[in-house]
Amino acid sequence: MPGVDGFMYPNEIELQWSVLIVLYPFITGLVAGAFILASLERVFNVQAVKPTYRLALLTALAFLLVAPLPLQLHLGHPERSFEMMLTPHTTSAMAMFGFVYLWYLMVVLLVEIWLEYRRELVLACRRSTGLTRVGYRILTLGSDNISPASLRIDDRVGRVVTIIGIPSAFLLHGYVGFIFGSIKANPWWSSPMMPIVFLFSAIVSGIALVLLLYVVTAWMRRVAVDMLCVDTVARYLFYAFLVDFALEMIDLIHRIYEADESFRALDFMVKTRLFTSQIVLQIIVGTLVPLTLLAATQLVRLSERTRVRLYMTAGALTLVGIFAMRWNVVIGGQLFSKSFLGYTTYKMGFATREGLLPAILLMLLPFGILAALVKLLPPWTSPEAPS
Amino acid sequence: MDTTRRDFLMVGTKLLVMTAATASALEHVMAGTPDAVTTYSTAEHWWAMLIDVEKCIGGGQCVRACKIENDVVDEPMYFRTWVERYHVNMSDPDHPVVDSPDGGIDGFTEKYADGDGKTFFVPKMCNHCADSPCTQVCPVGATFCTNDGVVLVDKDYCVGCRYCVQACPYGCRYLDPRTHTADKCTLCYHRLTRGMIPACCEVCPTGARQIADLKNPTDPIHEYLRTHKIQVLKPQMATGAKVYYNGLDGAVR
Amino acid sequence: MKRPFKDVEHLIRLAALFAAGLLVFAVARAELVPEDFGKYGHYRAGAIDDAAAWPRSYAGRARCTECHDDVVTAAAPAKHKVIGCETCHGALLKHADNPEVAVAKADGPVLCLRCHAANTGKPAHQPTVVAKDHSDEDTCVSCHKAHDPRTDQE
Repeated sequence: MPGVDGFMYPNEIELQWSVLIVLYPFITGLVAGAFILASLERVFNVQAVKPTYRLALLTALAFLLVAPLPLQLHLGHPERSFEMMLTPHTTSAMAMFGFVYLWYLMVVLLVEIWLEYRRELVLACRRSTGLTRVGYRILTLGSDNISPASLRIDDRVGRVVTIIGIPSAFLLHGYVGFIFGSIKANPWWSSPMMPIVFLFSAIVSGIALVLLLYVVTAWMRRVAVDMLCVDTVARYLFYAFLVDFALEMIDLIHRIYEADESFRALDFMVKTRLFTSQIVLQIIVGTLVPLTLLAATQLVRLSERTRVRLYMTAGALTLVGIFAMRWNVVIGGQLFSKSFLGYTTYKMGFATREGLLPAILLMLLPFGILAALVKLLPPWTSPEAPS
Repeated sequence: MDTTRRDFLMVGTKLLVMTAATASALEHVMAGTPDAVTTYSTAEHWWAMLIDVEKCIGGGQCVRACKIENDVVDEPMYFRTWVERYHVNMSDPDHPVVDSPDGGIDGFTEKYADGDGKTFFVPKMCNHCADSPCTQVCPVGATFCTNDGVVLVDKDYCVGCRYCVQACPYGCRYLDPRTHTADKCTLCYHRLTRGMIPACCEVCPTGARQIADLKNPTDPIHEYLRTHKIQVLKPQMATGAKVYYNGLDGAVR
Repeated sequence: MKRPFKDVEHLIRLAALFAAGLLVFAVARAELVPEDFGKYGHYRAGAIDDAAAWPRSYAGRARCTECHDDVVTAAAPAKHKVIGCETCHGALLKHADNPEVAVAKADGPVLCLRCHAANTGKPAHQPTVVAKDHSDEDTCVSCHKAHDPRTDQE
């Protein structure tokens, strides 16, 4: 059989979950990570990162809106996908995830953004006319009250929402990890560490994304980058990455040490079919290099310019590495046979329903949405805008 | 003779009622085929399958019959049941050489040098697990285990997410590219409910595949399980698999 | 006049919006979930009937005996008696319901070799031949009648 080495059960030869299913945990990971960064300021009062607060929220929203799209493209019957909401099977992590997603979108993210921006929305409503005014009226739910008392209440409620939001964000991406980690049939996936590894890699990717977006948008707006802010964000990125790296190392060492029945087959797969994506992209380029660069900024005195450049490089490489991690989990988990006697190949189409082209478009879409959101709800009009 | 209006109404009404009743009864009779499933009660059955590896000669007729009976898709080749040929080399028993050319649908007529080792055939199929991991993960309730122990897929409800395909340890599920829904062996449920045996059991020339009803006290499986050494595939997964293999070698994956 | 909830009015509107959403969801659920869902378990009960209604293609041995008892009896002394008719003759339900429907000719030696080809890993108790060495150009049925393959009978 072309592309098959050794023996695979006949039904295993063609991969079931494509690059779109790789995209999905990547996107929800960015959401969870961006939100955790935002919550650093709100709940833990890390004032230094306040310039990224609104941007992080909008980033989370832009990506969360796109998150269901790769899934819909993948489903055999997307027109029936609402069944997951109507008759969710409570033993299925995938079903329960639909509600976690909805909860997070509606009750956490949208409410928090609404409370944060309500004052600006009401002001915009007051000074606009015609259809735009109608639009803003809808967004403000028809309320015109921005008295100091109401804004104080907003702030307190917002704080509560964020506090609820942190475990919700953990759930959002931990669940995705559980979707894979709970499958006993697949030894590459089955692990109690899966939700935790997914979560921490999500936090890393989200922080890296917001860091990159903040610097890029500052450059685009020709304003100075708030160094205290980026230094702090980068430091949190470094810490989170250290934890993530440690967790992945624990998983790896555990596998190598226990060497159960699946080990040799998986080891062979990593060294051959997954060599580029796992060893090169995920581990070296995507983890060790950014960690080294970030460590350098923490240990050595460097100029602002150099630090920003290192942060940007580390951030970009981090995103590559975390994407590679998702790829290795999803695709890697389907490249080997459950008989442990063979391997297959992933044939990714280009302009097909689950091909590379829709994947690229889906990755670009959130940036388009973010651009629209930034126009509608500017993150830079908060009092602490960088000078 | 004087026919009153009252008589006319009485007779007319009776005729009308009887016609309606007859029509509805006829419709009911015509709707059900002579061998309709009205006599089948799921509570009376708990289906399992017995596969005797020592009897299997790798003819592949089961694979073919299943494809015909159940209209299983040909391109690309997906199977509800397939046969694997194992060659266990005594010098390297941990790494059997396994093949399943087109699932075994044309048998195994390719020359195979025995050499130093043992060769045997293992038919595979859905194990209709009592604790099935595939039904556990279905997000919408499109796959389920019936009260008589058969795991089925609801083609009109399945969303095609393929989570069940990932969750099956035995590789017996696939996505039907024509209906875009999950598909797998149904134990020929449409035959069981009419007192017939699955197509694969029907055509096996050696009787290596036998359908069994664990709830039937006269079923030969009870005696068979008592007198033979029986295994299920991947027992460590605790799936409650109900396909029992006689003579299953440890090398079988 | 001071309205008591003036400063939380917007939050009340938000809560009302959520309540409306929940209501829409409840209505949608009542409308869209199939009637028979959940009757026996977390699935649509009608799916069982759908599975049971699938059309059959194989008739089963008992049906063949109804008309072809003579063939079955004639094959009785031979080893092939355990093999069902449809194993070689294909799906025959259409023919059993309507004998006018033609039956495809069973195609040996392809069929024969599926079970009897040597050096393919068959168990020891199964008689096998290397076709070329065994019969060279002759087909299997030149010497072996498929229903009764014994060659020492006439």
